[in-house]
Amino acid sequence: MHDFAIVWSERSLLLSGLANTVVLTVLASIGAFALGAMLCPLLMRQERAVAWAAHAFVDGFRCTPFLLFAYLVYYGLPTVGISFDSWGAGLFALVLYHTAYVAEILRGAWAAQPKAPVEAGHAFGFRGFGLWRRIVMPPLLLAAGPVLGNQVIQIVKDSAFLTVIALPELTHAANSIQSRHYVPFAALLTALLLYWALCLVVEAGVAAVGRMAEARR
Amino acid sequence: MSAADWLTLFSGALTTLGLSAAGIALGLPLGLALALLRWARVPVIAPMVAVYVSVLRATPLITLLLLIFFALPSVGITLGPVTAGVLALMLNGSAFNCEIWRAALMDLPKDQIEAAQSTGMRFGLYLRRIVLPQIARAALPGLMSEMSLLIKLTPALAVVGVVDVTRAAVRIGAATYEPLPPLLAALAIYLPIVYALVSGQRWFEKRLALSEAVA
Repeated sequence: MHDFAIVWSERSLLLSGLANTVVLTVLASIGAFALGAMLCPLLMRQERAVAWAAHAFVDGFRCTPFLLFAYLVYYGLPTVGISFDSWGAGLFALVLYHTAYVAEILRGAWAAQPKAPVEAGHAFGFRGFGLWRRIVMPPLLLAAGPVLGNQVIQIVKDSAFLTVIALPELTHAANSIQSRHYVPFAALLTALLLYWALCLVVEAGVAAVGRMAEARR
Repeated sequence: MSAADWLTLFSGALTTLGLSAAGIALGLPLGLALALLRWARVPVIAPMVAVYVSVLRATPLITLLLLIFFALPSVGITLGPVTAGVLALMLNGSAFNCEIWRAALMDLPKDQIEAAQSTGMRFGLYLRRIVLPQIARAALPGLMSEMSLLIKLTPALAVVGVVDVTRAAVRIGAATYEPLPPLLAALAIYLPIVYALVSGQRWFEKRLALSEAVA
C-alpha cells in the first residue's frame, strides 16, 4: 500500500501524462476522421488509377506496425529533410496511420448503405460537398459509430508506443515513476487502470451517441 | 547496409515470427477456454473473465509488458525479456480471441445441444464433435484479423530488450547514421507477412458468406 502512496505523491506527473494521452487521442481522432472521410470516396472512384492508389495507401498501412511507422517518421524523414519534434512526429504518425483505418471502416459502412437517399439528394439538387456532408455522411457515421469508437480506443493504445520517442504520455509517465522510486507494480497498474477508464469513457460516449441517434430516427 | 546488417535484420525477423507464433499458439486456446467459461455462465468466474477481457482490451501492449517485466520480479518471479514478451502477447491475444470465440458460440443454434443431449452425447464429446468444428469455421476470419494485429504489436517487445526486426532496423540505423534504408527493409519484411494474413482473412470471409447464402 505504501507503493501506491508514492504513486499518489507523484500524481501530478501521472495526470499530465494522462492529459497528454487524451490530447493526443482527441487531436489524432479529429485528424484521422476528417482525412479518412475525405479518403473514403477515393476508394470507390470509377477511375481505376485513383481507386488503386487509395487502396494501396489503405492496405499498406493495414500491414505496417504502428511503431515501425512512428520510427520512419521520427528517424527516417529527417534524413530526407523533414524534421519533427516528438510531438509533431507522434501526432503526424497517429493521424496518417489511422486515416487509412477510418477510410476503410467508412467504405465498409458505405457499401452497406441503401442507395435511395443519395439519389433523392441528387433529385433535390444536392451536389458534391453538400451532398456528402448532408446526405451521405450522417447515416454513415451513425452506422459506423461503434467501429469508429473501437478505432478511437486503438488510437489510445497506439499512443502508448510513442513513449519510445520520448513523448511524455501516460505510459512514459508511469514508467518514469516506476524507475525513479522502484514501484513498478503500483505505477504501471495505476496506468493500466487509467487506460481502462479512458476506454470505458469512449465506449460510454459511443453508446450515448447511438441512443441519441435512435431517439431522433 | 552491409551483409552483416542484413543478417541482423533477418535474425530479427525470425525473432518476430517466432514470438508471434508463440503468442498466437498460446493465446488461441486460452481465449477459447475463457470464452467457454463465459458461455457456460460459470458463477463468479464468468464475471471475472468479463472484467479481465474488458481491462486487457483497453491496455496497450507496451504498458502490459512493462508491468509484467518489472513488477513480477518484486513478487519473486523473474522472467527473461522473451518470456515476458510471449506472456504479454498471450494475455493480450487471449482477451481479443475470447470475444471472437464468444461471438461464434453465441451464434451456435440452441437446438444443436438439445439434439446432442437426446442422443446421449457427453459434454466433452459434444464440444469436440459438434461445437468446435462449427465455431472454428465461423471464428476463423476474426481470429486471422487478430493474428495480424498481434504481429503488428510485436515491436513493443523491444522496450524490454527483445531484438525483433523493428529494433534491429533501429540499431542498424543508429550505427550507420542512415536510418531510412534499414527501416524500409524492415517494412518490406512485415508487408508480405501481414498482407498474406489479411488476404487470407478476406478469402475466408467471402467463402463463409457464400456458404451461408447457399444454406
